Order: sequence, then C-alpha cells, then structure tokens
Amino acid sequence: MADKVLEVAHLEKFYGKKHVLHDINFSVDQGEVVTLLGPSGSGKSTLIRCLNGLETYQKGTITFEGQKIVPTEKNWQQLRQKIGMVFQSYDLFPNLTVMDNILLGPTKVQKQDKQAARQEAERLLASVELSDYANAYPRELSGGQAQRVAIVRALALHPDFMLFDEVTASLDPEMVRGVLNIIEGLADQDNMTMIVVTHEMNFAKQIADRVLFLQDGEILEQTSSKQFFSNPQTSRAKEFLDSMDF
Amino acid sequence: MAHSGISVLFEGTNFMRLLGGLWVTVKIAAVALIFGIILGIILGVLRTFKNRPLRVVLRLYLEFFRVVPTVVLLFLFYYILPRQMNFNLPADQLATLVFVLWVGAEMSDIVRGALISVPRHQIESGKAIGLNRFQLYRYVLIPQSLTLEIPATINLATRVIKTTSILLLISVMDVINIGQQIIEANNHTYPTGVFWVYGLIFLFYFLIDYPLSWWAKRLEKRRLEKANG
Ligand SMILES: Nc1ncnc2c1ncn2[C@@H]1O[C@H](COP(=O)(O)OP(=O)(O)O)[C@@H](O)[C@H]1O
Ligand SMILES: [Mg+2]
Repeated sequence: MADKVLEVAHLEKFYGKKHVLHDINFSVDQGEVVTLLGPSGSGKSTLIRCLNGLETYQKGTITFEGQKIVPTEKNWQQLRQKIGMVFQSYDLFPNLTVMDNILLGPTKVQKQDKQAARQEAERLLASVELSDYANAYPRELSGGQAQRVAIVRALALHPDFMLFDEVTASLDPEMVRGVLNIIEGLADQDNMTMIVVTHEMNFAKQIADRVLFLQDGEILEQTSSKQFFSNPQTSRAKEFLDSMDF
Repeated sequence: MAHSGISVLFEGTNFMRLLGGLWVTVKIAAVALIFGIILGIILGVLRTFKNRPLRVVLRLYLEFFRVVPTVVLLFLFYYILPRQMNFNLPADQLATLVFVLWVGAEMSDIVRGALISVPRHQIESGKAIGLNRFQLYRYVLIPQSLTLEIPATINLATRVIKTTSILLLISVMDVINIGQQIIEANNHTYPTGVFWVYGLIFLFYFLIDYPLSWWAKRLEKRRLEKANG
C-alpha cells in the first residue's frame, strides 16, 4: 500500500457561529492527485486553507507524513515549506523582481546557498518558459505569466505536497491552458502529491486520481475520478456535473 | 543719518549669526526627523500586532502627542519635567527630544495606515512560502508600504520644520531667536530692519519647505496615477 502523505480526521470549522466544514475525513497517498470539486461557497477554499494553517479549525486532526500536526503558528511556518500553496489571485510580491520573488523562500526561509538557489530558480523558470522574465517586475507580466511564476515560487522550496486553489479562475481564457499544463506536468513527470480545487472539469477529469465532492461543507462523495465523472452516486453531484458546462 | 534697512543683515556678524541660528533650527529638525521616523516605524509596526494592551497604550501615546499642541508639550517638558522628575537637559536637546517623540507618534500613524492597506493576499502568499512574522514585515509589508508613506512623511517633515519656529519660547538659539536679538539690538539705527530680518527668515523657511512640499505633491500624484492605471 502507498504511504499516506496526508490524513484528515473529523475536521470541523466554524466562522463564528457559522459551521462551514462538517466532519471532514479523507487521506491522500504519496503521488496521488485529488481534486476538490463543489459549488461555489461549499467550503473548498476553507478546507484547503486549513491544510497549510491559513485557517484555524475547531476540531479534528490533520496528520502530515505520519506526524499529527500541533496547530501552532510556529509549526505551520515550518510545515509550509513542505506544503506549497498557490492561490487564485496573482499574488506575486510587486516590490520584488520575478527572480527575487522566487528566491525569497529558498534563501531567507531555508537559508539555501544563494548561487545554488539561483541556478535552481533559473531551471524552474525555464521549465515554465519564462527565462526572459527573471529581472522583470510582476506588473510587467500577464496574469498567466504571473501565475506560472507563483507556481515556480512555491516549487522552489521543494515541497512534498502542493495545494492549488482555483489557480486559473481569474485568468483570461487564452492563459488558462499554459497554467494547467504546468500542473499536469507536475503530476505526470514529477509525481507530485497534490490537492487541486478547480472548476475546469475537463482538466479535473484528466488529472485527478480521486475526487472529493464537497457541498455545504460536507464531503458527499469520495471516489475515483473515473467513477465520479461517469457515474456519480449522489443526486447533488449529478446536478453539479450537469450545471458545469463541459 | 539714513540707513537702508537691508544693511542690518550685513552689519558686523549679523548674517553669520543668522546662518548659525538656521543651522541650529535645521539640526534640531533633522535629528528629530531621523530618530522620530525610526521610532515611528517601530511603533507603527507594533500597532499592527494583535496584542490589545500594546495597541491601546500606543494609541494613547499617539493621541496625547496629537491632541496637545506642540508649544504646550515643549513647556511641559521644559518647565515641569525638570522640577517634578529632576530631569535636566539643555534647551536644544530637550526640544529635540520633544520633537522626536512627536514625530514618532505622527509617524506611527502613517506607518500603521500604510501597513494595513497592503492587501491581505500579500500576507497570505508570504506565509505560504514559510516567511515568519519578522521576514513578512521585512521583505513584503514594509517595502510595499513605503510608497504610501513617503508623501505623508515629507509633509510631516515640512510641518516639523515650520514648528521649529516655536523653539524661541524655551530660549533655544534658533534662527528666529537670533533674528529677534538682531532686531532689538539695531532698533535705533535700522528702524525698518525688522522687515529685512524677518524677510530673510521667511526666505530661509520657504527655501527649505517649498521644495519638500512640491516633492511630496509630485510623489503623491505619481502614486495615484500609477494606482489608477
Ligand atoms: N472569512 C470568512 N468569514 C466568514 N465566513 C466565511 C469566510 N470565508 C468564507 N466564509 C464562508 O464559508 C463558506 C465556504 O466558503 P469558501 O471556502 O470560500 O467556499 P468555496 O471556496 O467552495 O467557494 C461560505 O459560506 C463563505 O461565505
Ligand atoms: Mg474558493
């Protein structure tokens, strides 16, 4: 059996009195790609943000690489080097060049050797076809380019696990493909373990080993991608798939 | 004998004395600004922390220095502190201290305002690459807040320089105090000297403050142009 990278057990999350995650249970194996699907407001972002400590949770446990996480800010700080995350907004640091955006984590957080980190950053930039932009500032990039740099910035820390939250949702349609290709490459060539939130159903269908379907903060289905897309078990999931135009 | 008033400026060492006074003024303003800005950055950063007692104390500090007129602060420190607390400083150093504390208070508000207007996404993406709180401020928040802070800081600097004109009230030998002495000493020989002395002082202040406020306006205009595309 494959190693479990992540295990979530009985996770509960409230915003004030509002109960947004109900008894969440799932695990992710080494090298597995899980897509998190569900209507808007179902709690996908909240769940994925709990997994790298950007949101607190009130009950339940998260176990990462066999260690039960004690959710203090200090522990999360360490863990975030292993659990990378890319967001919907293009959130590069506007005060730094593309290269410095990428180097910040490796050199300041991980104290890697500058020269080696730079070489690695150049290699990663080349892999997303942005070598020419190393010295550009984020404002000079298109949304798609910025998002590719944001992915590189997360990968530069050599995470074991990646979280993607609707990373193409605010891109112009012609930019989407380039970003999705990078994520596909990560899954296929690098065998990266990841959770992907997306509303690109064709992409989800192609990349996912497994699907978690979330509705109103509950996991309603948790099945193989094949099963979910060909034969969803709940009527909610059927409605959801029908509503998505693909 | 008819004397042209302007000659009063060049009588004896008058001009050099006025320049000396100007130097005292500029020195106090400069030192107050340098240390006040450093203090203000530290306090401004602290005011963005969640710690409630800390925030309340710093808020009270700001309000105190903002509500009490600078003249009153000066008198308070000059007349009351030495007696009550046995705390003695020469007038110019005391004035510098009061100005540092005042600038620090005003600056803390500028810094805090700029820091909290950096978008939340920036904080989250900084955290997501493992930055700790210090690194987040050092590499992400403070650099991004600077462009917002600079115009307001320059405006504060012009206010500080203007406010140095009250230093004569605690007998600091600044440019106005010296000017006053020259006017009094030459009252008989140069009855119109007062216009020339104050005219020159006006020119000094104008030459220092006008470029600063012009610069602040230009930076602010540029920033708004950039922000609005
Ligand atoms: N900071 C917040 N405070 C209060 N409620 C929130 C907050 N963020 C999200 N919510 C609520 O939590 C629920 C789940 O939101 P979210 O995780 O963003 O859903 P999704 O990503 O699936 O669209 C929604 O009802 C949303 O309104
Ligand atoms: Mg979301």
